[in-house]
Amino acid sequence: MSERLSVLKTYKLYVGGKFPRSESGRVYEVTTRTSAADAAGKGAWLANAPLASRKDARDAVVAARKAFGGWSGATAYNRGQVLYRVAEMLEGRRAQFAREVAAAEGLPKSRAAEQVDAAIDRWVWYAGWTDKIAQVLGGANPVAGPYFNLSSPEPTGVVAVLAPQESSLLGLVSVVAPVIATGNTAVVVASERSPLPALSLAEVLATSDVPGGVVNLLSGRTAEIAPALAAHQDVNAIDLAGADPALAKELEVAAADNLKRVLRPHPVDDWTATPGLDRMTPFLETKTVWHPTGALGVSGSSY
Amino acid sequence: MPDAGPAPARGLTRPVPLRGLYSRYARRYARLVTMPTTAPAPGSTASAPGLADVTASDSTLRLFLHGLPGVDAVGLEARAAALGTRSIKTTAKAYALDLAISMVDLTTLEGADTPGKVRALGAKAVRPDPADRATPSTAAVCVYPDMVPAAKEAVAGSGVKVASVATAFPAGRASLAVKLADVREAVAAGADEVDMVIDRGAFLAGRYLKVYEEITAVKEACGTDARLKVIFETGELSTYDNIRRASWLGMLAGADFIKTSTGKVAVNATPANTLLMLEAVRDFRAATGVQVGVKPAGGIRTAKDAVKFLVLVNETAGADWLDNHWFRFGASSLLNDLLMQRQKLATGRYSGPDYVTVD
Repeated sequence: MSERLSVLKTYKLYVGGKFPRSESGRVYEVTTRTSAADAAGKGAWLANAPLASRKDARDAVVAARKAFGGWSGATAYNRGQVLYRVAEMLEGRRAQFAREVAAAEGLPKSRAAEQVDAAIDRWVWYAGWTDKIAQVLGGANPVAGPYFNLSSPEPTGVVAVLAPQESSLLGLVSVVAPVIATGNTAVVVASERSPLPALSLAEVLATSDVPGGVVNLLSGRTAEIAPALAAHQDVNAIDLAGADPALAKELEVAAADNLKRVLRPHPVDDWTATPGLDRMTPFLETKTVWHPTGALGVSGSSY
Repeated sequence: MPDAGPAPARGLTRPVPLRGLYSRYARRYARLVTMPTTAPAPGSTASAPGLADVTASDSTLRLFLHGLPGVDAVGLEARAAALGTRSIKTTAKAYALDLAISMVDLTTLEGADTPGKVRALGAKAVRPDPADRATPSTAAVCVYPDMVPAAKEAVAGSGVKVASVATAFPAGRASLAVKLADVREAVAAGADEVDMVIDRGAFLAGRYLKVYEEITAVKEACGTDARLKVIFETGELSTYDNIRRASWLGMLAGADFIKTSTGKVAVNATPANTLLMLEAVRDFRAATGVQVGVKPAGGIRTAKDAVKFLVLVNETAGADWLDNHWFRFGASSLLNDLLMQRQKLATGRYSGPDYVTVD
């Protein structure tokens, strides 16, 4: 009996809930990352990842915009359930992700498994925040008058996310989850050198209850895709986590054109640390409304 | 099989330029292998007088329309799809976008139309992109007859025309007297163009002369000032053969434009049915010398689609039709996409729906 030929996986983009190839038809080689291979300048071939073009970015923005109404309109409770479902799906594929993260980041198996576990916990953490963030950031404001004055945080819209270059899964989850937990939709540019865990995460998102278009994942050259997103007039905010300082400056200039909210890159040594609210608040806008309490009767109030 | 023609071996041993080889084949066998997919110019020898007899009676008209060659549906769709793959970039794209904008019949045909909405539409038609004054105006605004005065006022002083639908649009289910009154009212209110619907019921029942007489009556009611667009509602005609027959019927009856659809049914303008109508106007001009315009309407939403239609026009009817006097797009949301693409081309950054008007 002849030896079995293994089936290689074709990694694809994730746009609008579908898995298209790059519009340009281009791919690039993704290799393993070990210190030895880095020294030699070449790791072992892992897969061909799609090399997304700016037109793919444009299509992703259209998909994200289309999904925004439904996702931002969903109840916070429902969003939390959906995000928890992502953690459930990821839990079932821990082994696969541990393998991919190990290959992508050149980590020993145990360290890679820790990263995957932390990523799953990160989904759960943000799933819990969906219906609590409004209470922390908003509420009833005290005013001197017969009015209610209420502030509530609202999602900003379509957010372009440049995922961290080093941490291919935990870093990615740590920047994507807060964006969608707060009701935004995201166009994500995965880590340039290690995009495979991100592209596999797309399969998890597609099989959980996340509506198509809420998260769109692109792989390719960050410096090629990001300027189109930063200048795009229909993108409301951009997270520059994965941009180097020179690129970040250029992108921030481009983003100023339509007054995008910009989250500047901060060096993160340890992605496993508890993230706090810092990645959620930049993509929320506070809406404040005044509402009369009703006619005041002789007794002081009609209630 | 005729034994003439170079044997493959000869082609291999002696380098024969491929182009020469094929054209020699083509010349020799063209008559044998090509099936006519377009109507032969019926009056090409007898010219217009030959067509005059056609409408003499119901039976001659039927004989003529059923004598038109059948449409090769697969070939037609393949041709339309193939022409849709042309790559139009940079300067050609800029030209195409501006041309497409100048061809738009900006349309609002809703029960909820108000004079205010029509005024807003008129303002947009005159100056589609207020931020860029180099943007051309659209060809016309298209409204219901009772909105014609409001539309006229809104586009006054510009070159933008006012088109009015009439003849009990969109169903066309009314008596001729009602339809003609509808048309007269629109023309009296100042409509430059009248978009009529044919009686699809009569057409499908085979009463071609009734349809013909209705169109001629409406044409007469339009007078000399208003151009007449005849809507076939291709989505209800069910076959390509019927679309070809309707096209010829409309043109024989004196249509200035033939238009695909009302935009009120599931299937509207498609590249294939527009291609078929473009072939019809081309053949009609060859036969009679009379040029008729074409207007696909409904379902064309993106600039990319619009450019594909322009390719169809250029490759089928020819450059003579690449003008808003002879080709129009019946659309509303298309204009916004054209404007966004135009902004993208001018600034290099992708535009968004926040930078065009919501209508």
